[in-house]
Amino acid sequence: MQTNQILETMRMIDEENLDIRTITMGISLLDCIDADIDRACSKIYDKVTTKAKDLVKVAETIETEYGIPIIHKRISVTPISIIAAATPDTDYVKFAQILDKAARIVGVNFIGGFTALAQKGYQKGDRILINSIPEALAVTDYVCSSVNVGSSKAGINMDAVQDMGEIVKQTAAKSTLGPAKLVVFANAVEDNPFMAGAFHGVGEADVVINVGISGPGVVKRALEKVKGQPFDVVAETVKKTAFKITRVGQMVGKLASEQLQVPFGIVDLSLAPTPKVGDSVARILEEMGLEQVGTHGTTAALALLNDAVKKGGVMACNQVGGLSGAFIPVSEDEGMIAGVRSGSLNLEKLEAMTAVCSVGLDMIAIPGDTSATTIAAMIADEAAIGMINNKTTAVRVIPAKGKKVGDQVEFGGLLGTSPIMAVNPASSAEFIGRGGHIPAPIHSFKN
Amino acid sequence: MRAVLTVIGKDRVGIIAGVSQKLATLQVNIVDVTQTIMQENFTMMMMCDLPEKADFAGIKKSLNSVGEALGVQIRIQREDIFTAMHEI
Repeated sequence: MQTNQILETMRMIDEENLDIRTITMGISLLDCIDADIDRACSKIYDKVTTKAKDLVKVAETIETEYGIPIIHKRISVTPISIIAAATPDTDYVKFAQILDKAARIVGVNFIGGFTALAQKGYQKGDRILINSIPEALAVTDYVCSSVNVGSSKAGINMDAVQDMGEIVKQTAAKSTLGPAKLVVFANAVEDNPFMAGAFHGVGEADVVINVGISGPGVVKRALEKVKGQPFDVVAETVKKTAFKITRVGQMVGKLASEQLQVPFGIVDLSLAPTPKVGDSVARILEEMGLEQVGTHGTTAALALLNDAVKKGGVMACNQVGGLSGAFIPVSEDEGMIAGVRSGSLNLEKLEAMTAVCSVGLDMIAIPGDTSATTIAAMIADEAAIGMINNKTTAVRVIPAKGKKVGDQVEFGGLLGTSPIMAVNPASSAEFIGRGGHIPAPIHSFKN
Repeated sequence: MRAVLTVIGKDRVGIIAGVSQKLATLQVNIVDVTQTIMQENFTMMMMCDLPEKADFAGIKKSLNSVGEALGVQIRIQREDIFTAMHEI
């Protein structure tokens, strides 16, 4: 082992904020289905607390022995709309509460899967779950919720889009942090370890370990060394760096899977920022030569970054999955926040950026008086980008009660701070009011 | 189990002595050592062998207190993180 390689790894961890963002244990709840809600809840509690009892301990041991911080330990479960549909109940808050209790007992940071998959239509449980979201997120601390409203294969369920505009508003009315724990997806993935959108797909194994990596600071520092050089060099540098970061993710996942005796699922090759200085995706884009994120060229820079991260990461691990790409949340990224404050980054540019990276309009605070139909229309736009481009897109916007453009809202911790962003004031109400279904695009018929 | 121990800090008398004495009492065998002064900093790397079932957290804690006493930063990490990152 070369001395400089040892020092490089240590510098990445100490100075460039290299960390494993999350070890997420996916747990199937299909064997907990019961017509009696209390029996179902007790089965869920028993299964989650048994399967995940050593998750936090194992993750902490890996942190200690290998010297790599593992920021979050999380659990994802089968979409509750499927599990709960067997009960005659018309409110699923009880399920959220039992998940919350289980998460608290095992000591994880979040539990995801208060989820409905409604891209083609509502089954009985979907509508009930969606209507339970505002209350469920207000009375729990750890539960995250997601709803899939569209896919490249099924088109967009515009009834669900309309409903979700309302639900986001109601969630915000009931709790400040609620909307930060709610994602509306198109093409949601079943093995995503990242919150708030993690759930355990029905095609997954009974229990599985997925890992989400991070490390925007490491990529930024690597690019500082190739200032002014052509994009071929930039892409190559990102690839090499992503390879190294991902190798650590692969190692951690393998260790956790062995120690927990649970199969290793995937590594999610995502550059996930935090509000900390030196941990920003926006600053990587700026390092490529943009004065401020949001200016012309930002989309191209992000496209290169996203692609090079995947290319570097794919060779570094056995199975890649999840969202895999660069995340561009606003409140969780110090550089994005600066871009919004300076007026360089707006909602329209963010929307364009979502066409070339891994998620969508993420952690964006909007004025509290934004109408439900405008939020629904934002969801429809993002779902359309995802549907046509065969990629995952999502909307996680936070209507901030009583706040207007120029104000600021604090979420705390990894969720950060966000300036309130301007939305287009012209109405989309009639458009959203149509409901129904946007058919799947022609290129989805591949059989 | 193999681990890499790194010691970084301001040079002074007795760093190597202090660290290796502690390692001996902890039953940690030193396999390889490199030491240099980089940008006026004492920088030492040791490849160590820990006994099977060693109390890693305990060893890490004892080394931290030695580091504090000597005014240097001591870190111990299992070797695999470095090989995972730098070797295919």
